[in-house]
Order: sequence, then C-alpha cells, then structure tokens
Amino acid sequence: MNELLKQLTEAVGVASAEKEVRRLIRDLIADHVDEWRVDALGNLLALKRGNGESDLRVMVDAHMDEVGLMITSIESNGTLKFTGVGGFDDRALLGKVVQVGPKKHVGVIGARPIHLLKSNQRNSVVKMEDMRIDIGARNKESAGKKVQVGDYAAFVTAYQELGATAIGKSFDNRAGCAALVELLRADSYPFDLHAAFTVQEEVGLRGAQVAAYAIEPDVALVLECTPAYDLPNEQDVSPNVALGKGPAIYVMDSRAIQDRRLVDHIRRTAAAKDIPYQIRRPGGGGTNTSAIQQSRAGVPSATIGLPGRYSHTPAMMINLADYANVVRLAEATLRALTPEIVKRER
Amino acid sequence: MDIFKHLQLLTETPGPSGYEQPVAAAIEEAWRPYVDSFNRDRVGNLIALKQGQGQEPRPRLLLAAHMDEIALMVSQIETHNGYGFLRLTNVGGVDIRHLYGQLVTVHGRRDLPGVLGSLPAAMLPEDKRDKAFGFEELVADVGLPLDEVRAQVSIGDFITFRQPLRRLLGHRIAGKALDNRASVATVTVCLENLRGRRHEWDVVAVATAQEETRLLGAFTSAYAQQPEAAVAIDVTFGKGPGASDERTFELGGGPVLELGPNVHPGMYQALKDAAEALEMKFETGTHSRASGTDAFGLQIAREGIPTGLVSIPLRYMHTMVESLDTADVERCGRLLGEFIARLNGNFLEKLTANLMEGD
Repeated sequence: MNELLKQLTEAVGVASAEKEVRRLIRDLIADHVDEWRVDALGNLLALKRGNGESDLRVMVDAHMDEVGLMITSIESNGTLKFTGVGGFDDRALLGKVVQVGPKKHVGVIGARPIHLLKSNQRNSVVKMEDMRIDIGARNKESAGKKVQVGDYAAFVTAYQELGATAIGKSFDNRAGCAALVELLRADSYPFDLHAAFTVQEEVGLRGAQVAAYAIEPDVALVLECTPAYDLPNEQDVSPNVALGKGPAIYVMDSRAIQDRRLVDHIRRTAAAKDIPYQIRRPGGGGTNTSAIQQSRAGVPSATIGLPGRYSHTPAMMINLADYANVVRLAEATLRALTPEIVKRER
Repeated sequence: MDIFKHLQLLTETPGPSGYEQPVAAAIEEAWRPYVDSFNRDRVGNLIALKQGQGQEPRPRLLLAAHMDEIALMVSQIETHNGYGFLRLTNVGGVDIRHLYGQLVTVHGRRDLPGVLGSLPAAMLPEDKRDKAFGFEELVADVGLPLDEVRAQVSIGDFITFRQPLRRLLGHRIAGKALDNRASVATVTVCLENLRGRRHEWDVVAVATAQEETRLLGAFTSAYAQQPEAAVAIDVTFGKGPGASDERTFELGGGPVLELGPNVHPGMYQALKDAAEALEMKFETGTHSRASGTDAFGLQIAREGIPTGLVSIPLRYMHTMVESLDTADVERCGRLLGEFIARLNGNFLEKLTANLMEGD
C-alpha cells in the first residue's frame, strides 16, 4: 500500500482552503528541505539547496488543491444549497457522499427521487442548483449549529489499490504532490530546487502565478494529473493518454506550449533511462505551466502528467506503475538538467 | 440491539434481486435468537417461524420485508487499451441519474471493487450530451487487464453498489439498500420486542426475494405459508429536497400506515389502534392503484389475504444515499410487536365485520 498516496489523497483541501494538505505536506518534507515558508495565498514554498554544481534556479510545481463544493445557503428544512469550486460535470455529484466544513460532517447529495418524476425526466441531468447536501439536520437552526455558509465540502472516497491500479478521490493533483515530496526526499540536486506546493490551481492557476513571481526561476517543471479517456470508444481513435503507458509528457495544453527544448530533454532522459512515456495529445486542459511561463520576463516550462481516469469525479483511477515512473522520470530529468539546455537556440 | 450496527450489517451485505443468498445468511443469524425455526424456499425467500402461545390450531400472521436491493448486471465485456471494461444493465429500478462516479463491487469469481465511469459529455455523440449517462455510455471499470477480467467475470454476474452506512446528525443515517433493509431491521426489532411477551398467533417473518423486480417472494411465500393475515413493511417517500407534497412524510415523524386498494381497511384500523395504544406518532399514507410493495402480491394469494402495509419515510429512494431516521425503524418494530400481541381469536371476525357493518 502506497501510504504517501493514501495520506495525500484522503486529506481534504478544496481550492482556496488547502490548510490540511499544506500542514500534512509540511510535516512530510520539513526534514528534507533547508527552508520552507507559506505565502499570502497559502502556497507552501520550500528550498532544497543544491550541491553547488550549477547556479540554475529550478522551480518544481504541484498544486495541492482539489475540486470541491462550497455551501451557499442553508434551507429552512436544514439541507444545504451549494456551488462548485473548480469545474464539475453535475452528473458526477448526484447520490454521492461528502464531508462538510472543518468538522467534516458527513453529508449526502440528493434530489427529488426518481419515482416522483415524470417519465421523460428520468434520464435528465439534475442541475447543481436543484441538488442539496443533507447532513441530517432537522431544520435551518440545527444545521446552522454545525455548518455555515462558506464552508467547503469534499468527496470522501477512501484510497484503495486494485492490483496495478488504484482508486482515490484526488489524484488530481495529490499524485503530483506525492511525486514532489519524493523528489524532495531524494539526495540533493546539482542546483537549488525550489518546490512550490501551490494553491487555487482549479480556480484559475492563482497560486502558481504568485509563487513563480517570488521564486524567479530560470526553468520550471510542473507535475500534474492529466485526464485519461482510454475507455471503449466508437470512434476508435487513439486516446489522449492511456493508463499503463507511462508518464504523459505535455507538448501543448489549452494555455501554454511547453518549451520544446525541455520537452526534448525529458524525452531523451526517458529513453536513456528506459522509462516508458507517452506524448499527451496537444490541446485541452490548462495547467499551472501557463501561469509560470508568463511570469515576469518569461520562464521556460514543461509539464509531466500522471494519467488519471474520471477526473473531477469522486473516484479517479490511476496506474501505480505510471506513478512510479512519473517520479523516476521527474528525478532523472532534474538530475540531467543543465543551464545549456535552456540556453540553446530554439 | 444497536440499530446502527444492525443496519450497517444489513446494508453492507450484498443481496441483489436474484442473488439474495449473502444477505439472507446475515438475516438468518440476526433473527436466530428470536425465532423457533427457519426455512429457505426454492425462490430464495428466508422464512422464520415464531410460534405463538394460543391454542392450536393457531392462526398465523405473515410479516413481509423484502431483502433484495436494486443492482446492476454485467451485460458485455469490452476492451480498450488492453483493459477490460464491463457494460451494464439494471436489476430493479436503478436511478440512472446518479450512477456516474459511483463505486461498485462486481461479484465475479471473486469480488472486484470498481467504479462506474464514462467518456466525458464532449466526447459523446451529440444526442447524448444533454442527458444523464445511461447504460450506453457507462462502463464498470475494475482497473484490470482484459485477460484477468475475462478470467474473473462472466456475463450475468451481479454488480452491487459499494457504500458504507454513514451516520448523519441526530438519528439520521444514509447509505444504500435502506430500501428495504430498514424494513428487515424493523422485523428484527419486532421479534426482539416479542421475546418474553405473550402472543396467541404464530408469526411467520419472511425476508422476501425479488420484490424489486416482480414481487416474486410475496406471491410465493404467501401461497406456501397460507397466513390468515399479512403485513408488508417497506419504505415511502421522505420529505426533503424536491419532495414536499402530500406523498411525502417527515423523517422522524413515525411509521406511515397505508390505505388504498392493496390494504384491508380493518388491518389499517388494527395497526392504528396499536399505535394509539402506544401513544406513538404516525402518519397515514395512500396509494390509489398499486402500492409498489409486497402488499400487492400478498393480498391476492390463494383466496386472498387481509393485508396491511406499514412504511418508513426515506429520502432519495433508489439511490446510494438513501436516508432515514433510525427512530422510525424502532417505532415501526415496536408498533408491529404491539399489533401482534393484540391479535386474538376474534380478529378475523372483526376484519370481516369491518367490511360489512354500517359506518
């Protein structure tokens, strides 16, 4: 059982309310870094000094936040109206269990039962505004003693390994955080490594923007979890990424073109170390890469993704060998990183 | 009895319509201290007999609480990217709107945990994009390669939903299969209530099979047991989000005694008398054609059986987050115990009189 993935995915940290995850990661890395601090948005920024070989400033980013819900009002019958923090398909919410507020009160997401619907409504998509979180309160007053407007709610899925794969609630992006924790636990690098466990990626790449400004890196690597659509598909096209085919190297996402020099370096490293990899189909999906890339006068940036099925639903699935290879590839990429790579002509 | 722990055992043990064996075994063990004998019939009903103390021949009251739960079944095995995926069909009236993202257990050669997934809406044909993901879009993903899936899973294997029972505030709980394991628990409470209490009639408690699909257990157990009267216990709609009209009842408002074509009015009256004797709060519910419960089948077995129907208010019926107030389960059980203790030699006459005497 991968305890690191279990701890990190089961911790609760909805975008802009990442405290529990921040504290957990701080405890995991404190003995392996030279300095750490928390900034105004809640980013956890840590410095692992290098062995002096190189004066490159390298930033490695992994966002700590997960998508979740926020309570917007308490109804007279004691149920809770809510909205999404980060993007959701409403279909993923109905009939699921959540934990609400700092005391993690258990709630269920329900709506009108199917029997009371007209038959043509029975396969309709229930909108979030018609759903309610039910914590079992009898009325508004008793609900108000347990939760308040503005409280966050997250899914409750427990981490479970199924052989080569694993199910959990927030591989996007605690898997990236776990990988970064492992990178920090390794021996020091040729250069100073600035680790940024960033906040609010799911609501606009906010934490990465200020972290990059503060760190002023020469080069950045972003560790993410990228949606895999490798399900049976009538069109029989090759999927964007697939489980079991290794780390997914980004060439372009919806907001950034990854630096080609870095992409080539990552591919060469993978080939040299015999690490399987796949190229993520270009386009679609924003990552912290774009926020970092446009910081100050610009930062050459690249992204390594762990493929994950069922993104932004209560239960994602990853392949554990893919995760291990993400860590291996990221570490090998960093250790082989030299100033020449990013000074080379494009 | 710790009602939460009992309901936890009942709801977390699988028992889909047509494969009730696992939960039947759990129910048998739970009822064992309170009854005199058991039998399992050839369609899967669990039948327990608690003898009364009246003179033989004793009339018998049949209590029916269906033990089956709605579920899914493997209809096809597909492959993609070397993994095996399962296509699905429903067993009983599953609410498809809430399937996407749900955790499941596939009962193959061994139990395989999995999740219900789909391609995102944008990747589906246009006419599917505005609807809930149904059986054409969903797969059960157990995270295994095709050859392992083929070795472990066959078409026709049952798939149950995976949901631990959870406590909410107060006495409220939420989980799967409370429809109708809550009623099975009610029978347990009733049997416990009758222990050491005098009752003339024999009680036949039946955990019926395949109610959700065709009321099979009700028809067949009533035929075989030939009770003089019967009470079905099921769930009804709880007041909650999107559900506040006259068809819905407050959680914690007590048992709902039902009136309508499937119910003998004399049975309703006798249950009402028992509730009033206990000073227990209750509500009255109605159906105008078919109750959607075992009562429908019990009533027309053989020459007909006077039937009553008691319901427990439940929110989010036929989803994996069904919710109720456990105090209602306990009240229901005590009500049945009182009703049974009051049954005597005159009861059947009173039922007939109810249908004949002027109002």
